[in-house]
Amino acid sequence: MPTIVVEVMPKAEILDPQGKAVLGALGRLGKTGYSGVRIGKRFELTVDGEVTDAVLAEVRELADDMLANTVIEDVVSIEVQP
Amino acid sequence: MSPRIGVITFPGSLDDRDAQRAIRIAGAEAVALWHQDHDLQGVDAIVLPGGFSYGDYLRAGAIASHAPIMAEVVDAANRGVPVLGICNGFQMLAEARLIEGAHTRNEHQQFIRRDQKLSVETTATAWTSGFEAGQEITIPLKNADGRFVAAQEVIDRLEGEGQVVFRYVEVNPNGSMNDIAGVSNARGNVVGLMPHPEHAVEPGFGPDTRAAMKSGTDGLVFFTSVIEGLLARAR
Repeated sequence: MPTIVVEVMPKAEILDPQGKAVLGALGRLGKTGYSGVRIGKRFELTVDGEVTDAVLAEVRELADDMLANTVIEDVVSIEVQP
Repeated sequence: MSPRIGVITFPGSLDDRDAQRAIRIAGAEAVALWHQDHDLQGVDAIVLPGGFSYGDYLRAGAIASHAPIMAEVVDAANRGVPVLGICNGFQMLAEARLIEGAHTRNEHQQFIRRDQKLSVETTATAWTSGFEAGQEITIPLKNADGRFVAAQEVIDRLEGEGQVVFRYVEVNPNGSMNDIAGVSNARGNVVGLMPHPEHAVEPGFGPDTRAAMKSGTDGLVFFTSVIEGLLARAR
């Protein structure tokens, strides 16, 4: 069954404390070659049937209305995987 | 007739009973409402209680903000019905776009619980009319995703329009922008805040005060404010 993959990231200007904590952990592991870590979300929506334009349009709407909070997050990609 | 104030219970609500109790102590009738209904049972005001609705999955308050009853809450809020969102309820108000801004994980990544001092920045809301402007109050705070954020122009507008209702005093417990603890909509009928007024309504169970241990009842004024407003409107 086809899958629609939606990726959401915190907006650049929003502090991402989770990413910051991971960056700190990298430093403590001696991995000092990294200046930033940001953590986002990946949604995989398994579609019943074919991915039509209507389905894609619906997912775009869902991404903005529910999967992401566009006050603090951006939908960075919506891709169909066969 | 005493006003009827509804408290909506969602899966994962924790403080719905405390909110109902606070409403009764303040002198109104508490009406239990259910997230799956499309019925506000004609209540005069609404409380969205604290807790971890839907386990805070997706984002705190996000899934609850799409619950069936939220359609009626949005309609009621737009009609001017007083709505108070406490903690998880504040997060729901933001997710439902009834107030501006959003919440992220506390800056220090820890869950925090403390008796929190706040300043009342405006008394021009349905839920703060009984306070003095600038009054300092202490009520409990307990959250993990309490950091209030918004675009800088939104923060500036909220500040300029007097929609910042509460500000953290002495300690900013979660990294909220401008020390903002609570905000309102433009009309002032919808108020959301992270700390919990319903846990400071009865001597013996509230925060410590200089007078006596656990004697703080500053939270009661939220509920008496809205009751007085509703009674004045009915007269």
